Amino acid sequence: MGVWIMAGVTFREAARKKMLWMALAAGGAFLTLFATGLHFQAKDFATHGMSPVLRREISFAMVTMGLYVVDLLAVLMTILTSIDTLSGEIASGTIQAIATKPIPRWQLLLGKWFGFCAMLTAYIAIMVGGVNAVTYSMAGVTARHLARGLSLMWMESIVLLSVTFAFATYFSTLTTGVLTLGLHGLAFLGGWIEQFGALTQTSRAVNVGVIASILMPSEALWRRAAFEMQSPLASAMRISPFSTLSVPSSAMIFYALVYLAIALIVAIRRFSQRDL
Amino acid sequence: MEMTRSSDLAIRARGLRKVFNGKMAVRNLTLDVPRGEVFGFLGPNGAGKSTSVKMLLGLVFPTSGEAEILGRPVGDVKTRSKVGFLPEHFRFYDWLTPAELLKLHGRLHGMSHARLRERVPVLLDLVGLTPHRDKRLRDFSKGMLQRIGLAQALLNEPDLIFLDEPTSGLDPVGRRLVRDIIRAQHDLGATVLLNSHLLGEVEITCNRVAFIKDGEVVETRQLDDDNEEQTIVSIRAAKVTAETARGLSRWSQSVRVEGERLKLSVSSGAVVPEIVHYLVTTGAEVYEVTPQRLSLEERFIEIVGADGGM
Repeated sequence: MGVWIMAGVTFREAARKKMLWMALAAGGAFLTLFATGLHFQAKDFATHGMSPVLRREISFAMVTMGLYVVDLLAVLMTILTSIDTLSGEIASGTIQAIATKPIPRWQLLLGKWFGFCAMLTAYIAIMVGGVNAVTYSMAGVTARHLARGLSLMWMESIVLLSVTFAFATYFSTLTTGVLTLGLHGLAFLGGWIEQFGALTQTSRAVNVGVIASILMPSEALWRRAAFEMQSPLASAMRISPFSTLSVPSSAMIFYALVYLAIALIVAIRRFSQRDL
Repeated sequence: MEMTRSSDLAIRARGLRKVFNGKMAVRNLTLDVPRGEVFGFLGPNGAGKSTSVKMLLGLVFPTSGEAEILGRPVGDVKTRSKVGFLPEHFRFYDWLTPAELLKLHGRLHGMSHARLRERVPVLLDLVGLTPHRDKRLRDFSKGMLQRIGLAQALLNEPDLIFLDEPTSGLDPVGRRLVRDIIRAQHDLGATVLLNSHLLGEVEITCNRVAFIKDGEVVETRQLDDDNEEQTIVSIRAAKVTAETARGLSRWSQSVRVEGERLKLSVSSGAVVPEIVHYLVTTGAEVYEVTPQRLSLEERFIEIVGADGGM
């Protein structure tokens, strides 16, 4: 029961503090820009008499690019909205009146986590849906394996959310933000090193990427999502800048799930045992 | 026997100790607060009062020692439904209205919607916030926040209420309101632990008070029994021998003799006739005896020092 009360209040907080609406407004601005670009692209396709195959591949690349931006926005949204919820409330003392209620601490933390999950699910669904709706209406294409890609993008945000929660039970808001963004940055860089390693067939560079993914599997989830959503031709020919050359395996997805679970358990244990 | 005694106590603490990163916050808190008592917690800044309250509420985990509230070990989740708490640094979700805040806390207490529909307007009225019920808390003054915090602490009709500096930020009318609420809760049979710097407030409101210094209770004092009051006795008497003066130590550890003037501190005014009788029987000529109750403020300064323990 306490879980759902806290989930509800966390979701309402995001809405009342206008976090969700501002993020959706920024997302709306992005979708407008994206639609405008796609509109001119489609017009040029007609003018240049481009072949349908090429036109379709470019449209696919546009979808992937749009989703790539959505992924970046979702990562930022996840970290920036959740860094203050635990450490901030502990530092300000807001948590004291809550934690003295007849609700176990683990329920308070899990409730907040569910609240953020709900908000992020709504945000990612709206943004991914928006990108696909725009490309479908203007170019007649949507991401391939959309549900699979969407699930992986969602999971990336939930991994980052759980890591943010775990750090927030140990550190201040600022330190939590620096650590989580730093870890994701490491994974992001590792992902690109792995891609270049795969392109140049440098196995040691690929290994660097894999190690980065083990330290933080968030970026690996995006790369797998991109692989699932790109066109079959792009996958085969590696013609798009977002084509995934070194595809994270299913084992890596499973590892990310375990990583998420461990981060959440660490957060719950630490929050239940620390002084408030 | 022990079980029966424990069940009569709202708070029972034995040797509670808290060390934060090598720094001693509470050295040794041993305390019994019977049910139905308004108990004051007094001490200088940094004496460990708030940390003690937080340990009793399960917010801070003690380094050693044990405590029970309402007969159950500290940290027992179910017991919390009978406990109210107003924190010292009172912060809430400022995007809520006062009615929404009370409903949220009521839900966390497991109260039904129907019960909350009854209880919330009553409490808003009690703390004088009915005219502000639709304002957001971010637009509240410190005093108004303190009032809604107090309402929150009373929401579940608690058996035990912890009030950590409840009158800070309140004007005289607000302070009067807090006093009235504490009295009303006392009449209802609730136990109140009042942590306050305002000695006057404590003196008016509490049945008993504990002085805490360097994380330790150094003295507890009954406030609602005149005979139990710490008293300074000034005596003017002639022919008091050194041996007679030494004999006064059975009533007081602090005896000062300056010529015909004797000054001693006794734990109760009730012993004054005994002292006079003793002096007369030892051959002293007693001209004047003035018992003076030691005010809480004087006792506080005597215990913590004029520098406030800094």
